Formats: sequence, structure tokens, C-alpha cells
Amino acid sequence: MTGLPPLFADWFAGHGWQPHPHQLALLGAAQDTLLIAPTGGGKTLAGFLPSLVELHLTGARGMHTLYVSPLKALTADVARNLARPIEQMGLAIRLGDRTGDTPESQRRRQRADPPEILLTTPESLALMLSWPEAPRLFSGLRRVVLDELHALAESKRGDQLMLGLARLRHLAPGLAATGLSATVEDPQALARFMGGAAVIEADPGPAPDIALLPTSRPPPWSGGGGRHAVPDVLDAVAGARTTIIFLNTRAQAELFFQAIWAANDDNLPIGLHHGALSREARLRVEAAMAAGALRAVVATSSLDLGIDWGDVDLVIQVGAPRNIKRLVQRIGRANHRYNAPSRARIVAANRFEVIECVAALEAVRAGDLDGEPRGPGPLDVLIQHILLTACAGPFDADRLYAEVRSAGPYAALSRADFDACMDFAATGGYALRAYDRWQRLVLRDGCWQLRDPRSARDLRMNIGTITESEKLKVRRRGRGGATLGEIEESFAASLTPGDSFLLGGQVLRYDRLRELVVEVTPAPGREPRIAVYSGLKFATSTELSQRMLAIIADPNRHRDLPADIRAWLELQAEVSALPRPGTLLCETFPRADRWHLVIYGFAGRNAHQTLGLLVTRQMENAGLAPLGFLATDHALLVTSLGRVGDAASLLSAPTLEQGLDDWLAASSLMKRSFRAVATIAGLIQRNRPGARKTGRQATFSSDIIHDTLRRHDPDHILLRATREETRRGLVDFDRISEMLLRNPHIELRQLDRVSPLAAPLLLEMGRVRLGGSGHERLAEKMAQDLMAAAGLDRLTNDKG
Amino acid sequence: MTRAETFPGHPLRFAGEDFIARISGALWWPAGRMLIVSDLHLGRSERYARRGGPLLPPWEVADTLDRLAAEIAALDPATVVSLGDAFDDDHAAGAMAPEALARIRALAAGRDWLWISGNHDRNAPGPGFPGRGAGCVHGPFTLRHEAGHGAGPGAGPGAGPEPARGPDISGHLHPAIRLAGRSWRCFALGREHLILPAFGTYTGGLDIRDPVFRRLAGGGIAIACSPRNITVPIPAGTRAVDGLPAPRPAGAGWSADGW
Repeated sequence: MTGLPPLFADWFAGHGWQPHPHQLALLGAAQDTLLIAPTGGGKTLAGFLPSLVELHLTGARGMHTLYVSPLKALTADVARNLARPIEQMGLAIRLGDRTGDTPESQRRRQRADPPEILLTTPESLALMLSWPEAPRLFSGLRRVVLDELHALAESKRGDQLMLGLARLRHLAPGLAATGLSATVEDPQALARFMGGAAVIEADPGPAPDIALLPTSRPPPWSGGGGRHAVPDVLDAVAGARTTIIFLNTRAQAELFFQAIWAANDDNLPIGLHHGALSREARLRVEAAMAAGALRAVVATSSLDLGIDWGDVDLVIQVGAPRNIKRLVQRIGRANHRYNAPSRARIVAANRFEVIECVAALEAVRAGDLDGEPRGPGPLDVLIQHILLTACAGPFDADRLYAEVRSAGPYAALSRADFDACMDFAATGGYALRAYDRWQRLVLRDGCWQLRDPRSARDLRMNIGTITESEKLKVRRRGRGGATLGEIEESFAASLTPGDSFLLGGQVLRYDRLRELVVEVTPAPGREPRIAVYSGLKFATSTELSQRMLAIIADPNRHRDLPADIRAWLELQAEVSALPRPGTLLCETFPRADRWHLVIYGFAGRNAHQTLGLLVTRQMENAGLAPLGFLATDHALLVTSLGRVGDAASLLSAPTLEQGLDDWLAASSLMKRSFRAVATIAGLIQRNRPGARKTGRQATFSSDIIHDTLRRHDPDHILLRATREETRRGLVDFDRISEMLLRNPHIELRQLDRVSPLAAPLLLEMGRVRLGGSGHERLAEKMAQDLMAAAGLDRLTNDKG
Repeated sequence: MTRAETFPGHPLRFAGEDFIARISGALWWPAGRMLIVSDLHLGRSERYARRGGPLLPPWEVADTLDRLAAEIAALDPATVVSLGDAFDDDHAAGAMAPEALARIRALAAGRDWLWISGNHDRNAPGPGFPGRGAGCVHGPFTLRHEAGHGAGPGAGPGAGPEPARGPDISGHLHPAIRLAGRSWRCFALGREHLILPAFGTYTGGLDIRDPVFRRLAGGGIAIACSPRNITVPIPAGTRAVDGLPAPRPAGAGWSADGW
């Protein structure tokens, strides 16, 4: 099948269109393919064109093509866009979508009589594959289209999807898979992730028009809000048709949205879109955007993907992008018209970020993308897959092992690891084997199956790999109060009645928590407490950090920087030294009865955070009484009562490595990772939204399970999976090792006061509190304050 | 040596008697050489597995008994009291591994062991266990599973669901303090009721800010199971629900079913 049938050629011509070369290339491809195309390149149509043509030519009925996207909203959007050519060409093709939002009646119809093209998400696919009728349902499947594969590949959702794809290939031999991806740094790696595919790269189009947004006021020394640029952003919005303003976190988006409205004298219609808003609120903004009713939308990564906003002609990134690839993808959101350059402006939120932004622009122009290599497929996801496979029916372990290995992320999975996952799924996999009741899967006639078929229900309830922290609904107080969005439980727990916070651009007063709903009253005009219901905290990528460091180190390159930044760096060179490649610059100085140690690691926020924990542990042992630390993307600041005289010994690789093992073993990070791993593997039940908890004391924390396992079965597979994941993910220890390797020389500058580069760090808010004794001391202090406030501070000693 | 190893616990006074709130979560009454623990929930992982729930690591019995054994070794109590929910259900008591049962027998050797029944283990202790069971026990203070439930010492048969009077020592509620993003098991100390944290490994906690603690111990304090002095006030409850009588004079004699 190489040519376009006349019906299709006429349809293109009727619109005055030419099919893109990559659309035709995909049509001609005989095997699995991965299409890399910028936004606006007709990627989605390219993915579906082979299906439409084939269905048109063969008149086949029943499920023919399965489309999987990371977002429910995207399936709805694709359904709309695809309906147009189907209708206009009069094709006898039915479209259906199957997501968590699909009504039960429609799901039943789809099971009995599936549409030719079914649009779904990785989680819904996993659910469908767990049905006993999955083999019948998918046996006629010819094509699978995987949209936004670059985004899916960044999380466990992608691993789950690849396991599902391997299953589909087994159920429907001869199936052709097509991956659709935005620009990525290593297309071959993504093709391997798919289990092997031919890469087709579309013409990337003209180079984007990108620059720093000139601002009337210089950025502040610290902070990430970018509010100094509000008037300039408003001017830019007024000069464009439609603008997306990206911020890095939800809290920043809220604050920026509030600031921009405070200055929006012309009442330009500007909306807000982020993941903590209620679904209704997001849909409203999306609809207004699609209808061209908004001039701008303030957004977070919630708008990174998907939905086609044809009219967006300007993207403004507020705050350093942290990651070049993401910046490029965000820039691509502007001007979905192929062959027209995207226009984007960047606002540095503080002076460090000016340098980062300059470095990022340089990288974008050089076409130099960043990306961390993907680790092997995680075992918790595999365990869930094994259990869901058992829900569909008895299976042979050898055959399943072969199937799993055909999935890209698990290509190198050892039989021993697979067997350990099998053992966990079947019995819990504990070293102690005295109990016969620990038996979920049983072996009968050479095939594994559920001991109790009724447990399939619980297993299906636990599907998915997204384990965000528990969220609470926020509702306006009063009868039938509207749901405004959701906030993280830990944030809600930190609120006391009367506190105010920002959500959806409104200042809300916290009234009370009732049955897991946060009840609030709008309190316009009040000063909000900083909202900390943040999304992910991205660390600045290695590539970007190195580019930054290269600019800082070389005074000749300071010419590219604004005058105030130049002056700042000059002063730093005079008072202390400039950080430079090959040398790890450290500084100590006293301030306010405390000593401060700054390490300019340029290793990203997560690695610095870990380094902070490891260094403070050593300082604690050395009697230097560390009080706290602050990790940014560029540096680590540690505050202590004692002065560090020898930085090199604090930063010796073997000591840090040893410290990491000790610390990970007991850290809350490890416990947090364990919680996610244990949830995905089905050891602890997912907290279901809306399900009311009765008797809180009946549910005990996953920390307890973690500690028990550590004491009695330290080599248990879930602990192993947790260790691997923790080391890779938030802990980012590899970047610490890399930082030490790259900077064999450690230079400690002993200063008598704060250095110019360190000053902004001291201004940063929200110093990370220490665990352990520091934490207990803090809690003790808080308890004393509470007692004193209540007039009860003498009562504990007063026995009577 | 860390403070945790040397620090015995927080002294407190209740019902005219001196106690130590051990950082293990046990309560020590030196005058009576009595060690009181609550909500061991032994056999919880077994019950979950039996009912087709998650396959939890099967070590919580050993773990809980390890900690209990350490307290018994440190204090050499004449009497050990379990304030109910020692077993996650009566079946779990029956399904206890022989070595766990042997361990409990060894711990009980040479001392009295009193098993107050709880809502999870109405028939505690079950056959083969040392010691004896009871619904509740009256003395200078009452020992019962759940504060404010069951008949008080003054109430005769048929007294109905009138809330029992203190002073009583109970468990059931699993009090916990959440502060600075962390959680500690804690003792809830009011004038009429002293509520112990859950001692069992696989147990959760109920936040001390829950209204039930205001009702039972409003105006009192919560003492965290920490070597540090983490003690917070429990806000006073509404009087209407409260309606608690003044504490009775200390030193009143034991009632008929005393120890």
C-alpha cells in the first residue's frame, strides 16, 4: 500500500492541501514505525491515514485500530479531528473512545461490538487486557497508534503501555505499531523502547524565532515567580493573537495569574490552566481557547501535550526552562501551521536564571537537545502486569517471560528477576515460607491462575502507575458548593482555619476539613499564604547546567549577558572566584551567628538536595551542628553552627557513596518511593478518590511495611525495586558522582561575609528541614510554642 | 548511647497514681509493677492474606513481640495487661504460629497476664495462651478497651449505654500526633481518661485533633512516643458532650473483680 486512493487524494485536494511527505512515508511503511515530527506537522493524521485507507479498501469491521494517548482530553480532541475526514469522505468507520470517563453503558456496547477505531489511554488498555474476553476482542486488531510517545516514555505509564503492546502483538500477530513523537534527542532509543521500529523524521520546519523578553525592570535576585515582567508580558499578549504563558509549577502559575490580572487594565481575556484545577474549570478554559475567546492562558505542563490550539502565535516561558527539550516542545505550541516559524519569548525569573535562559537559547539554536538515558523497565510495573494477566486467564510462565522480553523496556530482563516478580505476585515473595495462606496465584496444569477469581476485582481497581500524593477536593462552603479544584493532602494538613491560599486565581480562606473535602470561602483582597501544592520539580538538565557553567566561567562570554548580570559576576570574581569547569567551587562565610557553606555543584536541584542530606549527615557526625540546607539547581547552601574547614573530605566520593547507602536505608525519600512501588505492585491499596475512609486508625502507613521488610527481608524484591528507583529518580545520585568526576579539584574559599553569588541563595524561602534529630528538635520547639500559647507550658511538669 | 536507649519515658500522673509513658508506647505503673499495652493486633497480615487482601510481610507478630519482650526485660512487671485488640481477630489468635505462642508463654512465665477483650478479639486470649481474659477491670482506675464504653463501676446491670465514668485507662483509638510533617504515636491524657497508643507494628494512628479526643480528653495533653518532649494540648471539648464528673479521690479500694 503506497499510493493514496483517489477518494483520499481528492479529499486533500478539495481542501487545497498536499499530503506531507512523512504522511505518505508512513502510508508506505510495511513495518512498525516511529514518526518524529514537530507540532503542527499533521502527525495525528499521518498516524491514522494507513488505518483509514486500509479500512476504506477492505471494508473490514470490528476493532481494527487502537489509538493510545497519555491524556483523556487528547482522545476527545483526536476523536473530533478524525471525525471530520471520515465524515467528509463518507467512510464507513466507527470511532469510539474508552477512558476512565466513558459511561458504563457505552463500555458495554464497546465490549460487545467494538468500533473500528478505539481511542484509549494506557490505563484503560491495561484494564481491557485484563478481561477474559481480551483475546477475542483484540484478535482482529491490525494497527496500534501511540501518540505523544516521547511523553509516555518518560514515566512508568510508558513501561506499562509497552507491556500492553507486547500482549497485543501476541493476541494479534502481524499487528503494526506506529509511534508518534515530538522532537527528541535520540530517536533510535525511542524506537528501541517501542520494541524496534523504523524511524521516519519529518522536516523540522523553519527555525523558531526565540529570544529573551526584554523587561522594563531587571529580574529580582531570587524567587521564581517572574512577576517583575508582568507589564512586559501583558504588552506582548496585546501584540499577539493568542499566547500561552508557561510557568514551571502550579503555585507559580497561580501567583502569576493573579499578578497579571491585577495589572490587566485593558481587561484582556486571560485564562488559567493547571492540573490542580477541577476538570470542569480546565474544560471551560480549553473550550474558550478553542473558540478563540481567550487572548492568553497561563498554564503549566498541563498544556505541554496534545490539544491543537491552531491560533496560538506566541509562547512565553516564564522562569528558566530547566530542560532544553521541554523548551523546544513548548515553543512548538506556538504556530501549529507547518512551515511558519514558532515565536517564543523567555522571561528569566531571577538573575541566576538569566544565565540559564541565555544558555538555553544557545542550545535551542544549536539544536542540542538534552535527555537522560532511560533505565530498565521497572519491576513493580511488571508485577502489576503479571497480576492483570492472571485476571484475564491462566497463563504459562515461560511464554509470558518471552512476551515480556519482546517489550522494549524489558528486553534485557533476566529470568531471575522475572521469576522474583512471579514469586511476589503469587505469594508475596517473602523469605519466610511457613504460611500457606500467602497464595494469590496457584499453579494448575502447568498454568498460573488466581487462587480466588474474585480477587480480580481488587486487582483491576489498582490498575495504573500514577501514584501522586493523595489529593483532597476543595469545595466552596455551603450547600451544593462548587468544587474548585484539589490540593495535596500534606498541604491541606498544614492549614489551620482562617489561613488563606490561592487556587484558580482566587484567594480562598480555609474553613474546615469535612469528610476529606476542604471547605473554603472566597476571601478576595486577603494576602494568600504561598500555595505549595506544586507539581513536579524539574531539575535543570546536565546539558543546560554545563552550558551555564561555561558561560559563567568565561569572562569573554559575559558580553552576551545583560549589564547587571555582568556586574554581578565581576564582583563575584573579585570577592571570591567564578565557578568553572574542572573545579568544584565552595565557599564558607559567617552570617547572623551561623556559618554557611555553599557548593556550586551545577548538578540540578534533585542531586543538590541529596548532596545536602549527605553532607549534613557528615557535618552532624563531625559535630558541626548543621541546621538546614537549601538546594537550588545551581548550588547547595548549608547552614550550621560550626565552620567547615575542609570541603574536600566532605565531598569524597567513597564517603558520599557509603553515606548514600546508610541514608537511603532510613530516609523518607526511600519510604516515599517504596509507597509508590508497593502501590503499583498491589501490596498496598490505592487510595481511591471519593472513597470515604472509615476509621483512619485501621489503615497504617506504608512506612511501617517498609521498615518491617527492611528488618526481616532486606533483599525483598520490592526493596530492591525501590532502591533502584530512588537512586535514579529524585535522588539523582548519578549526577553527584558525575559532578565529582568532572571536577577533580575542590576549591574552598573562606570568606568573611556572603559572596555575591551566594546572596540570592540566602534570600530563597522555604529552607528544607532536616530529618532526624533536627526534625525532632523542631517538633519539640513547635510543641513548646503551642503549649505556651495555650498557657499550658508548665502543666507537663506539674504532676497533679 | 543515644537518649532513646537511656530515657525511660515521660512521667505522668493520673487518677492519683504515678505512671511512666514509655517511649515504646507501653504504660508502666511502678507502684503496681504493672505493664500496660494496647492494640497489639497480632496476626493482622495473616487475616489479610486469609481474606484475599494484600499479602503483607508476615513479620508483624515477631516484630511486636520483640518490642514487648524488650519492655518486659527492662521492667520485670508482675502483671502484663493487654487492653484489647491483642489479636486482629479471634481466628488470628487460633492461627498463631507455634513459635509465637511459645514466645508469649515464655514472656508470661512467673507473672500475671491479663487480656482485656477488644472489638477485634472478643474471645481473647483464646486457647493455649497464658493468663486470663476479662471484659474490663475496676480499681483505682478502670482498665478497659474503649474509653467511655461499657458500664462504669457505679452502674449496675442494665444500666444501659450511659457513658462509663473514669478514671479509666484504655486503647482502641490509636492516638497519634502529627507535627512538622511527621507523625508520632502518643498517649492522650485527660482528667478522666488515659488513652494508650497502639503498640502493634501493623497499626495506624488517629490524629489527636480528632473530635473524639476533645470529647474524652479535652483540656488535657497528648504525649508523643519520642525521647523528646513532644507534648501538645488537647483543646477542651464542648461541655454538653463532656459532662465529666470531677475525679474521684485517689486511693479508693479495688472493686470485687480487681486483680
